Amino acid sequence: MSSTVLEIKNLHVSIEDKEILKGVNLTVKSGEFHAIMGPNGTGKSTLASAIMGHPNYEVTEGTITLDGEDVLEMEVDERARAGLFLAMQYPSEISGVTTSDFLRSAINAKREEGDEIPLMNFIKKLDRDLEYLDIDKNMATRYLNEGFSGGEKKRNEILQLLQFHPDIAILDEIDSGLDIDALKVVSKGINQMRSENLGCLIITHYQRLLNYITPDFVHVMMQGRVVKSGGPELAKRLEAEGYEWVKEELGIEDEETTEQNA
Amino acid sequence: MYVETKLPFNQEYIQAISKDRNEPGWMATLRSKALEMANSLDMPKPDKTKITNWNFTDFQHSNKEAVKITSIDELPEELRAYFDGDASMENLYIQRNQTAAYNSLSQELQDKGVIFTDIFTAINEHSELVEKYYMNDAVAVDQNRLTALHAALMNGGVFVYVPKNVQIEDPLQAIFWQEDTDSALLNHVLVVAEEGSSVTYVENYISHNDTEETVANLVTEVFAHDNAQVAYGAVDNFAEGTTTYVNRRGVAKHDARIDWALGQMNDGNTVSENITYLMGENAASDAKAVSVGRGKQTQNFTSSIRQFGKATDGYILQRGVMKGSASTIFNAIGKIEHGATKANSEQESRVLMLSEKSRGDANPILLIDEDDVTAGHAASVGRVDPLQMYYLMSRGLEREEAERLVIHGFLAPVVAQLPIESVRKQLTQVIERKVY
Repeated sequence: MSSTVLEIKNLHVSIEDKEILKGVNLTVKSGEFHAIMGPNGTGKSTLASAIMGHPNYEVTEGTITLDGEDVLEMEVDERARAGLFLAMQYPSEISGVTTSDFLRSAINAKREEGDEIPLMNFIKKLDRDLEYLDIDKNMATRYLNEGFSGGEKKRNEILQLLQFHPDIAILDEIDSGLDIDALKVVSKGINQMRSENLGCLIITHYQRLLNYITPDFVHVMMQGRVVKSGGPELAKRLEAEGYEWVKEELGIEDEETTEQNA
Repeated sequence: MYVETKLPFNQEYIQAISKDRNEPGWMATLRSKALEMANSLDMPKPDKTKITNWNFTDFQHSNKEAVKITSIDELPEELRAYFDGDASMENLYIQRNQTAAYNSLSQELQDKGVIFTDIFTAINEHSELVEKYYMNDAVAVDQNRLTALHAALMNGGVFVYVPKNVQIEDPLQAIFWQEDTDSALLNHVLVVAEEGSSVTYVENYISHNDTEETVANLVTEVFAHDNAQVAYGAVDNFAEGTTTYVNRRGVAKHDARIDWALGQMNDGNTVSENITYLMGENAASDAKAVSVGRGKQTQNFTSSIRQFGKATDGYILQRGVMKGSASTIFNAIGKIEHGATKANSEQESRVLMLSEKSRGDANPILLIDEDDVTAGHAASVGRVDPLQMYYLMSRGLEREEAERLVIHGFLAPVVAQLPIESVRKQLTQVIERKVY
């Protein structure tokens, strides 16, 4: 179908006047799966948050465009309706709002007034997706993320990916805190969505997720920049050898922040 | 019948009401004494809200009969939305101004001895029963000037009586429709649940006086005898012109339970007191209330549970949303008396501010005169969490829709508690209207 391009150029992002991203360049197209790896504190999640428009992050320089449209000019909800989706590392808890009411509101937000999803269609699709992701049906009637375990929150994010059908999905450490079974289920959900119509940016600290979801491209982030890009073999080498060799190869000096090898 | 606008109300006027209504002697005496007291008693003093400039005492008082309703079609659309249609007309009381305009109770409940009728009929036909409870142990005539004024000028209300061991499954519903925009409503609701009985009662107050100024002075008294259960739901929705004083009190005996779910959606200035006395061992109460403040209205809500009995359990939950330049104080008072060992008192008050000019305050108060108890409180005043908004908007919801979800979610703990689906929907709509 349509081909979507997310283009990030020379992106600089600060939080409370501290510059985290120092010129990120990256292009994600429909059908492509990109993985962003790197030690902690190098700005991977900041990149995800800045693309979606997190209120605490300030873009000081550079551009983000979606099919040429200026994403930075858009409100958060406009970004979503334009086709972006971010599976968050720390989803908010919304007390008093059931997961199913929320899902239906969000689906309808992307549809024209008068063209709301028929209730039965919604329920059928929801039941199917819940089963596919091995999620207890009760979750639909529980308040959104309230009292969810870490694993339930992650599954709920992937459930939304299945429900919303975005053009470009960003998955921010969707694998963190998951045991191997949950990881398999989450990967299964992501792979189900894999098609020519979905571009995906997978942010992960660990290579193990990439055993289940093979990326087309792997990028290494350090000190607020993408310092190295390659294919799936790059992830494998990082898993085996850590990040030191990348630093040596590129002559990157450690900053004062703590480095931690994957 | 009687129409009068003279102020101040004198003994002659009060006696004429009793005579008109053919009230028994005790009621006539009570009215008469109450008027005397009203002249000397102080006004209530709600904590942190100055009400000295509010008009609670200068109003038109009417005791006249309004037209009865023969069919549901005669009601305005706005009112019809409050019940589910014919099915729920079975146990329903509709009061038009001061008149019992519609009253129905199922044959089954009548046969069991349940009483559900307007207060005047009750005073006449069940005089001794009403006298026993009316403004004695729950709300005292001499509590303040307004309770005395209420006793003197009471002009509407309903009486609910549930005999021993009778369980009422379906809710009883009362709609107090103040159609007349000028005259004051001094409404009295009396609920008596005998030993081992249970009842769910839901009421709605509605008026339309956006500009005409008047007064509502309301008293509710609930008695739950040993092992009885009373669930009391309310949606107050007086228009902007009405200044409201509402005093709802309950007395729970051994193993009795009184739960409140109050949707306090008035558009005018309001002072609300909700006090539950847990007298018997193991008595319990959930007192839940929500409010939305808008425009320039000032409101003061006090929710209090006083625990005298051993192992009693009190839980207060208040939620408020403030917009415009509305100002609201929420006082939550948990009181454990000496001797109430193993009692538990919990409370939570939260206020959500939607505008810069609105004011909200939540005052958590725990007064404990006993050692062997448990208690806890939480209170907060804050704005909509920007991270919640970010999360919801990142799913494509517009800001307004995201905020709406957060607000409904915030008020849900009380809204969900209302026992009648149509009333729940109605409250949700009132919230929508007040917030947007």
